[in-house]
Amino acid sequence: MTPIATTRSTAGLPTGTLGVWWLLGSEIVIFGGLLCSYIMHRLSHDWWSAEAAHTNVYIGLTNTFVLLTSSLFAVLAHAAAQRGDGKLAARRLWYTIAGGGMFLCIKAAEWTIEISNGMTISSSSFWSFYYTAAGIHASHVIAGMIAMAVVAMDAAKGKFLHRVENAGIYWHFVDLVWIFLFPLLYIAK
Amino acid sequence: MAHAVDHAPAHDDHGHHEQSFFMKYMWSTDHKMIAMQYMFTGMLMAMLGGFFAYVFRMQNAFPGMAVPGFGLVTPADYNMLVTNHGTIMIFWVAMPVLVAAFGNFLIPLMVGCDDMVFPKLNRLSYQIFLLSAIVLIAGFFVPGGGFGGAWTAYPPLSAVGVYNLTPMGSSFWVLAVALEFVAFLLGGINFITTSMNSRAPGMKLYDIPIVVWTIVIASVLFMCSVGPLIAGAIMLLFDQNIGTGFFNPAMGGDPVLWQHLFWFFGHPEVYVVLLPTLGIVAEIICVFSRKKLFAYQTVLYTMFGTGILSFTVWAHHQFISGIDPRMANVFTITTLLISVPIAEMLFVYIATLYKGSITLSTPMLWALGFIATFLIGGVTGIYLGTAGSDIYFHDTYFVLAHFHYTFFPIAIIGTYAGVTYWYPKMFGRMLDETLGKIHFWLTFIPFNCIFIPLFFLGLWGEHRRIYSYELFDELWKYQGIRQFATVALVVMLAAQAIFIWNFFKSLWSGPIAGPNPYNANTLEWQCPSPPPHGNFAELPTVYRPPYEYSHPDRKEDFWPQNSPV
Repeated sequence: MTPIATTRSTAGLPTGTLGVWWLLGSEIVIFGGLLCSYIMHRLSHDWWSAEAAHTNVYIGLTNTFVLLTSSLFAVLAHAAAQRGDGKLAARRLWYTIAGGGMFLCIKAAEWTIEISNGMTISSSSFWSFYYTAAGIHASHVIAGMIAMAVVAMDAAKGKFLHRVENAGIYWHFVDLVWIFLFPLLYIAK
Repeated sequence: MAHAVDHAPAHDDHGHHEQSFFMKYMWSTDHKMIAMQYMFTGMLMAMLGGFFAYVFRMQNAFPGMAVPGFGLVTPADYNMLVTNHGTIMIFWVAMPVLVAAFGNFLIPLMVGCDDMVFPKLNRLSYQIFLLSAIVLIAGFFVPGGGFGGAWTAYPPLSAVGVYNLTPMGSSFWVLAVALEFVAFLLGGINFITTSMNSRAPGMKLYDIPIVVWTIVIASVLFMCSVGPLIAGAIMLLFDQNIGTGFFNPAMGGDPVLWQHLFWFFGHPEVYVVLLPTLGIVAEIICVFSRKKLFAYQTVLYTMFGTGILSFTVWAHHQFISGIDPRMANVFTITTLLISVPIAEMLFVYIATLYKGSITLSTPMLWALGFIATFLIGGVTGIYLGTAGSDIYFHDTYFVLAHFHYTFFPIAIIGTYAGVTYWYPKMFGRMLDETLGKIHFWLTFIPFNCIFIPLFFLGLWGEHRRIYSYELFDELWKYQGIRQFATVALVVMLAAQAIFIWNFFKSLWSGPIAGPNPYNANTLEWQCPSPPPHGNFAELPTVYRPPYEYSHPDRKEDFWPQNSPV
């Protein structure tokens, strides 16, 4: 039973969407704190560029491409949901989830190479930041994939189609965090 | 568009009333039940925090004595007790009671809807909070004992097990604090969304009662400030357990980074707990002086200003941490600036009281007690916000007395004000006024007797967090003052039994309150006491601002927000 409170929209936005935006607000400051700490360290340590030179731009670029493509499918899923086509929306959400999965696989391969080359989380403060920031991001990727799987299963039955948009907003945020991480960790050498 | 739905009777789901004990009290999604869960958990934690204060103050006043109820206090025990007293009182008492309990109870009632917009999220928020309390308490019993590196947990002391000697306890502590933050983030999203989206038809922004505004602004402040510390908590956990180097200079990290992350949250946190109390006090003062709140809109803009300024003052905690003296100038200026809006709020309350017909009921005594004591807390803060004098006062009992003069009015006096004021609404019966007043005076006077002497001890150079002063000749001669403060503390703690007695006695045998015992205007008083599931028989429509007391055009001296004429 949904309370009447949930069905109201005095602010002009559906309650669920408003909630997701506030959730993102809280996430932005978590990543904001982490990235600001990273940038401050980066500016005060010259030798960080030497450490950062070990990261692989091409793998990072591939992952950026994969994640952006998955975001495209999230937009297409939203378009399908707006037309009321739950089945198509669900299928496109599964494509998005597959994109997230591919991102994680590439990430795992990349980390395997780096760790076997002796660059672990306790090597230096650069690598501590590298693994922690990307790791927290990856945990958001996993959370987004689970949320989209739940939404997709409902959408396939034509239920809760408005949730497709909310899942998409969250996924774009995950994407956007990576857009910040990629230049900071890979390009700025 | 939602109005058509609104007029459907709200007690459709009354058929569900056959709930098991577990579903009703442990697994409820009803905002009032969750508020009670938060309030009682917070009060139990307050007893634990108070007990800790009693034990370390006894050791402080009578070093080496076996403390009744605890036994001998070792230096490690002492560190653990002061650390966790601070942690518990701020994160597990002030936050759950002021923000979560009052927020949950009041927001849906005061904006005129039947529940929070995300009831299941609300339940999850309390469950994570409970888990965090359990993790914190579990941390006291692991090998090595509870964390003893002060509630601010500065690395390297907190990050390296060889330094703090509590490698497991410190990880439990960080984990508990991080879980607690997650719980309040979830709760805060609910508070903000509910008051943005689910207000009663007709309730415009300036018709929202101040206490709802304060809790919403507090939630926004919390949300904007806690993120960096959540990231910091993850870094600290990694530093403790898997050998990362975020706070380790040998690996290129920086211990002062933690201080920035901690106080970037820690200072707005003061306003997160202060604002709800200011709101509670505003409601009480209006009702018991039968006057409109002085300058409603100014109060609102003042609170926004306070919120924004509160993000620019954090480094005044770090004047002796080796920050650039030029930065110290900047933070001195912003810190002194923030005293302006807070002083303004107190002036607004005094202006509201001016020429009102004042009733000195128990909630009103607490509200006035808040203004009196918080004023002292605020004024002594000026000395600490100024870099020049703070270098001398840093980490002395002057600081300790200062922040107890702010936090005690906020967390304890504010809670008692709110609980005594809304008790009739929460439980449908009135509290005993005589017992309430005795309790007030037996808390208020000993509180001042504890902390005024500590101001002077601090001025004379007494440092915080010292196990025993026996070895410091120039401080040992003040032992009589320490004993006086400790005796006052014991009297104050004992007096809380009066409140507990009053609370439970009135629960069974207090006079029936009726829906609106104080003739108040706000919407929570326009539904039955205690409010049933779904709150209002018919969801209200709002016609006017919340503080229309003693309106000249009206026979009664109050004018409920939902009254059409």
